[in-house]
Amino acid sequence: MAPSNESPTHRLYTNARIIDPASGRDELAGILCNGEIVADIGAHLNNGKPRANSKLIDCQGLCLVPGLIDMRAHLGEPGEEHKETLETAGRSAVAGGVTTIICLPNTQPVIDDMSGVEFVARRARKLGLSKVYPYGAVSKNLEGREIAELGMLKEAGAVAFTDGFHTIADIQLMRRTLSYASTFGLLIVQHPEEPNLARDGVMNAGETATRLGLTGIPREAEIIIVERDIRLAELTGGRLHFAHLSTSDAIDAVRQAKARGLAITCDTSPPYFALNELAIGDYRTFAKLSPPLRAESDRQAVIEGLKDGTIDAIASDHCPQDEESKRLPFSEAAPGGVGLETLLPITLELYHNGHLTLLQAFDLVTRRPAELLGLETGRLETGRRADFTIVDIERGWKVEDKTLKSKSKNSPFDGRPVQGRVLKTVIDGRLVFDATD
Amino acid sequence: MNEDEQTPPRYLRRHLLGIEGLSPEEITSLLDRSETYVLQNRQVNKKKSILSGRTIINLFFEDSTRTRTSFELAGKRLGGDVINMSVSTSSVKKGETLIDTAMTLNAMHPDVLVVRHHESGAVSLLSEKVNCAVINGGDGAHEHPTQALLDALTIRRRLGRLGGLVIAICGDILHSRVARSNIHLLNTMGARVRLIAPNTLLPAEVERLGVEVFQDMAEGLKGVDIVMMLRLQRERMQGNFFPSIREYFKFFGLDEAKLSNAKDNALIMHPGPMNRGVEIDSDLADDFGRSVIREQVEMGVAVRMACLEVLTANLDALDTRNL
Repeated sequence: MAPSNESPTHRLYTNARIIDPASGRDELAGILCNGEIVADIGAHLNNGKPRANSKLIDCQGLCLVPGLIDMRAHLGEPGEEHKETLETAGRSAVAGGVTTIICLPNTQPVIDDMSGVEFVARRARKLGLSKVYPYGAVSKNLEGREIAELGMLKEAGAVAFTDGFHTIADIQLMRRTLSYASTFGLLIVQHPEEPNLARDGVMNAGETATRLGLTGIPREAEIIIVERDIRLAELTGGRLHFAHLSTSDAIDAVRQAKARGLAITCDTSPPYFALNELAIGDYRTFAKLSPPLRAESDRQAVIEGLKDGTIDAIASDHCPQDEESKRLPFSEAAPGGVGLETLLPITLELYHNGHLTLLQAFDLVTRRPAELLGLETGRLETGRRADFTIVDIERGWKVEDKTLKSKSKNSPFDGRPVQGRVLKTVIDGRLVFDATD
Repeated sequence: MNEDEQTPPRYLRRHLLGIEGLSPEEITSLLDRSETYVLQNRQVNKKKSILSGRTIINLFFEDSTRTRTSFELAGKRLGGDVINMSVSTSSVKKGETLIDTAMTLNAMHPDVLVVRHHESGAVSLLSEKVNCAVINGGDGAHEHPTQALLDALTIRRRLGRLGGLVIAICGDILHSRVARSNIHLLNTMGARVRLIAPNTLLPAEVERLGVEVFQDMAEGLKGVDIVMMLRLQRERMQGNFFPSIREYFKFFGLDEAKLSNAKDNALIMHPGPMNRGVEIDSDLADDFGRSVIREQVEMGVAVRMACLEVLTANLDALDTRNL
């Protein structure tokens, strides 16, 4: 590339520890952005002279990683703007290093037709924060009865399909969905919880629920659906992904399905490897999640699943709830926790605690979810969009509800000391977040 | 504390939210205090003025006659002003939340709130939002501490101790806050607790609370000192927990034949209100040689007087310290 051709839109990030799980790169290097695109990357750009017309940014040896892909977040808009909007979610996401969000269709109206898909994509583009791609609903109005127009939703931009926090419970509907979706090669994402077994349940069944006098949800509610749906995927040849697995047996079932060569994948979310049911303590509603926090042995099994690759991705499972939905007796409080800003530091705990290498940890939130969903992002490569984030992986901070950028403050990690702070986030070459601002 | 070192450890908490976590000394001090009120309540003049000028609000989000009356009487006998507030589910549905209600009442400067609520944990949540002392009058399936204390007082007065006794708690453990509070209290005081119930009415991993679990009444009652029956809480049951009342009574109702497995002088207890012919044979309930059900009611007033007295005294001490 001849220096004379460079426009003022060139930005050279030097002296960065570039970590790119897709290529296995972990080296002190530089990355040159030409407008929205990565123009060049490599050690040869490090400490090089600033070129004419290009802005030089010294990363001071901090990590520069692909922008995080959060494959599961509930964003509130349209319909629940008092809890979160695409804008507040976007600000929260970029502060957490998340450059791409896949949002759930559990909005009002439900994203079960093309206009819903287009609304979200258009609003997010206009905001210019994180990129947002929606899931399409599997069933019309999420009622679990009729299959939505999956093919047309796909054409409109839905990246995959799910009924969000509703389980596709009807076995015949699930069978037909997987079968029909396989016609177009679509990915179906299941929230695995048998609704009759989980009915009235508000936390994991076991000693803690018994002590607190709360109705338990047996782990089997998750395991049964996972085992059932693996059979259906085998029957139909459909591509199936399980969201937020939380139990050892469900992870085992996926492990075995993968060993049999089935197109089964799964993710988990930070609460399930960083917390257990004891976090509920004295009826802490911020720790009321769906699926519920499980026993310590299950938490350990989730970590094992992440280590051996059975679990393909980590998603934030961001679910904003306002005070009115959480300041209630435990049984009456809404489930869910915000997670866009804690996805990265809690994932990094797996590195700091020695469970994963740095490349493995970032792989779970960049390349792997991107590949699962067929997205052209999640990697640092010449010619691709410049979506990345600069992280001080060592810097400690404390999660505090007040300082979260999300409109809702219901973090299950409230008060937790964590390590790993996002300093800058760049999307399509533009600086969209700068912690020093 | 500048107390005399001879003084036994007392109950020094702001609230009484549950039995779990209390020390044997705390429980004993509340029981000892209750004894004086048992005597006082048997006198012609039952009234004292310890709580004169104090306001006690009975805040009941769930129907109750016995517990509310018992607290009301306890407060009045100590000379306090007692106000009963029944918050029916309909007015909760009008939109006022538990927290709003708590804030409203708090503004009226009560000294003690006695709260019953249909959700586990609701009383603890409310206690965080008020400045007064809070007594848990029963929250969901969680705890009912004054019931466990009155049961313990009844047992202690009859048998002279709690430690070493074998107590069977029978019936609907799953939905019972009485069972949970009693398990904690009796274990803390060194008694041995057995639970007898069909598996559908036992909560998950309940044996981890330090109890022995039986499914057979005859076996479970073998050699016990106390048979504590629970009310079958049919209003909380959604779905099939057992096939019929007839079948339930046959296998889990207390009758003469099943009771014959217990010690000869075993006592029968029930927190009330009883479902006669469902969990307990009517004649047995009325057998005052063995049934101490009426005595439990009597002890209830004494225990609640002790709790009100201790908590209001603590209120002054704690507030002084906070200054």
